Amino acid sequence: MENEYEPEVQIDVNKLSKIFGSRPEKALQMLRDGQSKNEILEKTGQTVGLNDISFQVFKGEIFVLMGLSGCGKSTLLRCLNRLIDPTAGSIVINGNDIVTMNDDEIREFRRKQAGMIFQNFALLPHRTVLDNVAFGLEIQGIELEERHRKAAEALNLVGLAGYEQSMPDQLSGGMKQRVGLARALASDAEILLMDEAFSALDPLIRRDMQDELIDLQERLNKTIIFVTHDLDEALKLGTRIALMKDGKIIQIGTSEEILMNPSNDYVERFVADVDMTRVLTAQDVMKKADPVISCKSGPRLAARLMKEYGISSLFVVTQHRLLKGIVQIDDVVEAVKNDHKTLENIVINDLPQIHLNTPLGEIIPIIADSKFPLPVVDEDTRLKGIIVRGSVLSALARKESEPIVA
Amino acid sequence: MSLDYPIDLPKIPIGQLVSDIVDWIEANLGWLLDGITEVLRFLLNGFQDILTLLPPLAMIPILGIIIYLITRKDLRLALLSIAGLLLIWNLQLWSHAMMTLALVISSTIIALLIGIPLGILAANNDTINAGIRVLLDFMQTMPSFVYLIPAVIFFSLGNVPGMIATVVFAMPPAIRLTNLGIRQIPVELIEVSDAFGATPQQKLIKVQLPVAMPTIMAGVNQCIMLALSMVVIASMIGAGGLGYQVLVGIQRVNIAMGFEAGLAIVIIAIILDRITQGLIKTGKTRE
Repeated sequence: MENEYEPEVQIDVNKLSKIFGSRPEKALQMLRDGQSKNEILEKTGQTVGLNDISFQVFKGEIFVLMGLSGCGKSTLLRCLNRLIDPTAGSIVINGNDIVTMNDDEIREFRRKQAGMIFQNFALLPHRTVLDNVAFGLEIQGIELEERHRKAAEALNLVGLAGYEQSMPDQLSGGMKQRVGLARALASDAEILLMDEAFSALDPLIRRDMQDELIDLQERLNKTIIFVTHDLDEALKLGTRIALMKDGKIIQIGTSEEILMNPSNDYVERFVADVDMTRVLTAQDVMKKADPVISCKSGPRLAARLMKEYGISSLFVVTQHRLLKGIVQIDDVVEAVKNDHKTLENIVINDLPQIHLNTPLGEIIPIIADSKFPLPVVDEDTRLKGIIVRGSVLSALARKESEPIVA
Repeated sequence: MSLDYPIDLPKIPIGQLVSDIVDWIEANLGWLLDGITEVLRFLLNGFQDILTLLPPLAMIPILGIIIYLITRKDLRLALLSIAGLLLIWNLQLWSHAMMTLALVISSTIIALLIGIPLGILAANNDTINAGIRVLLDFMQTMPSFVYLIPAVIFFSLGNVPGMIATVVFAMPPAIRLTNLGIRQIPVELIEVSDAFGATPQQKLIKVQLPVAMPTIMAGVNQCIMLALSMVVIASMIGAGGLGYQVLVGIQRVNIAMGFEAGLAIVIIAIILDRITQGLIKTGKTRE
């Protein structure tokens, strides 16, 4: 890194290896002799999880560990708070090597210095939201009043004030993960370990959460290690990204560095050869269908909404957001003139419908021919979002962090 | 030389061995057996005294209220229970029924006091789990009558050996379901408690036991039901209560007596089952 200022190193990982199995010494030796993961598995039955990993994380950055499943990214993350004990190497955090810490020291480290956020939220089902957030503080032995006060603050930070007494199963996925985030923030840890934290969320919620994380990060200046298998998420969130394969780090760099100068074939294939029109699906490029109009409403409301939002067409849905069709501005104006009471006569029904999972490649020819935005629907033809030409283009240009403009 | 045994093989002395062990225990551990007897008798008498403290017509509404409160205001169950208990009283089986209830409650308490910690131990240690599983399989396949024999040998006849046999017979589901409940907890929840720096005790009390509670309560329910069935069988070695009435009914071929006592057992079984089923549900959806 050739920065003008020298950033402060918070986590310094040096020659870290992890062998899964009962006799790691021999496998470790073979690994050092340069034998491959498969050879070692065949000869000793030991699985190489991490292979000689070194990297540094600077204070206040979002460091993304990125790779396909099985590449060791979650193992590496769990080594950083010793949920998994590494076989060899050192992890120096704030000047202390956590690999050599004893049970008491590592517990103290986990309580005070590193919060963790999980893929499936991992909320305790028998506790209220407030008591879930206060869990870490409770473990530290902090008094009830004090920990509830801090937990309420943390909930406020993630926008969940008012849900203190709800139970986890009453919350939506996005809200649950906010609780998970608040739980990690409540103990004031400097480091957040996030394991596929947004992977279980709906695409739209997921984008909101990503934005919010960036926002939170700017305010609180935590050091975040974020594990994901999703390239777009990595590019959007990562100050720097470490690309992993087979337990090794292939390349570390900023999004631009990785996109522009892939260090080897694998990275290149990953970032460039990945044809974005095949990878991205409708749900990745759609924007919120807002506004829509109920099929029971009249043309006057439609005209007002169109004027207010500056659009020339409007999707018509039923009460349960099932897609009925679309109305166009000219027809609406005509209907208002003729004093029609409903939209029934002017709804255009035969629209091309795009399913959530339709790849971008199939959407492009359709949208090129379409006069209207395309509706994106789920299995029940419920309207989930819309696609306009602009959103396709901006997705292809990878300007994920900018709002998609119609 | 008989046709069944063409070769004159010496018989492996399993029976003799067990018999020797029993003799040794009786000779050397008599003080322990006496101590256990005293504790169990104290517990049993305590519950029996409480249950027969008041006359039946005062006790029945009180039991009804207790059931109403335990089941979180299940009025229907409370009323049906009162009706059932009134029927038992009418059949003149009240004191026998309370004896049976005291036996079930005290046996279940002991079985849970031993079973739940064993289940926790088994859940956290694979070696212990393997050992306990073999023992449990053995215990659960062994015909229930067999437990009466050592109980009689060590504790002679009466209520206490009946309780001992009942405890042994009713314990396996408490162990198994506690173990299962804890092992079924999602890995992420265990990781949460570790990642936030919980000690093993904190993990057990704040995460494992509460999350496993519905399954553990299912074990408690099973334990109670098995205890009831064994308390009846234990009448063969002198345990009192409704089981003894059934036994007398069998011995005298007195259908009326046997049926009435049997009906009273069914009523108690249904009441106990419904109460503990209710506890499982409230464990699942605690507000």
